Amino acid sequence: MPRKLPEYNASSLADIAFMLLIFFLVTTTMDVDSGLERRLPQWVDPEDIEDTPPIKERNVFVVLVDRNNRLMVEGELTRVEDLKDKAKEFLTNPMNDENLPEKEVKEIPYFGPYEVLTKSSVISLQNDVGTTYGTYIAVQNELVAAIHELREELSQRKFGKSYEDLNDDQQDAIKEIYPQKISEAEPKKIGGR
Amino acid sequence: MSKFRKDDGKETPAISTSALPDIVFMLLFFFMVSTTMRETTLKVSITLPQATEISKLEKKSLVSYVYVGPPQRQYIPQLGSEPRIQLNDEFAKVGDIIDFVESERQAMDENERKQMIVSLKVDEYTKMGIVTDIKQELRKAAALHINYSSRQGTEY
Repeated sequence: MPRKLPEYNASSLADIAFMLLIFFLVTTTMDVDSGLERRLPQWVDPEDIEDTPPIKERNVFVVLVDRNNRLMVEGELTRVEDLKDKAKEFLTNPMNDENLPEKEVKEIPYFGPYEVLTKSSVISLQNDVGTTYGTYIAVQNELVAAIHELREELSQRKFGKSYEDLNDDQQDAIKEIYPQKISEAEPKKIGGR
Repeated sequence: MSKFRKDDGKETPAISTSALPDIVFMLLFFFMVSTTMRETTLKVSITLPQATEISKLEKKSLVSYVYVGPPQRQYIPQLGSEPRIQLNDEFAKVGDIIDFVESERQAMDENERKQMIVSLKVDEYTKMGIVTDIKQELRKAAALHINYSSRQGTEY
């Protein structure tokens, strides 16, 4: 019978492994990048901008943010907390109010003829040079949240499923009813100095 | 009495540590798999704003980062505490962004170039002036798909 091999001393193996472990702990990060996704409009040379046809005031949802991070929505001082509800009211116009955007009947797959806002209706966001980025993101977030909530509600009503679980065609149909149209104006000085 | 002190005089047996490396290696592999290498050293300090409607950036190879924030403490004597732009490992000016986008685009796979995403990591308290300038530059560079990096926050 062969002689038993002498066991080698493995006590420092743990130290080596610990060293590697600490190296990886220090040099790597775990954070998953996430954020608000947006698309910028195509670059247009300032000289090429032709006069756009005037849009009726009732079709525009104006959000102004001044340098003190105060919010003015449709001419009223508003808190960020109330912005979502106002945006939802604008996007649905449930009572066919005179001051809220016009609607038109459009043929939409899965829904048939459906009353949607006219093409010209838009959310317009203007901010001052001195607005804080945090506030800007909070406002963007609320506007996107309003649209997401409307889509989700409609999806639940029509398909009885969450918007996330719908197939692409169904999602497109809902997107056609509630498009994500947020236009951003060139920054201006608004209020105060 | 002596009944309970039978082992007197004998050494306590050493605890076997042969499983310790295995445990540590397990931890090591966990961290190697679940983390990513830090690519740039941040020279600006950034606290991301909070948002609820966020989506994850799935493919890291498509993403380029633009950092904006006040310089970290050791750079304040030279640069002051006004927010600065950082591209890769260097401080940069607004005018450098077009070149940066172009070089990032060149480094990408040809069929992925169109899906390029620019992630803006901007400090909460930065003024919008600088951010708007960056956005205009990105539009000029035709990098239209952007992502405002933010933390998962609470709803109002």
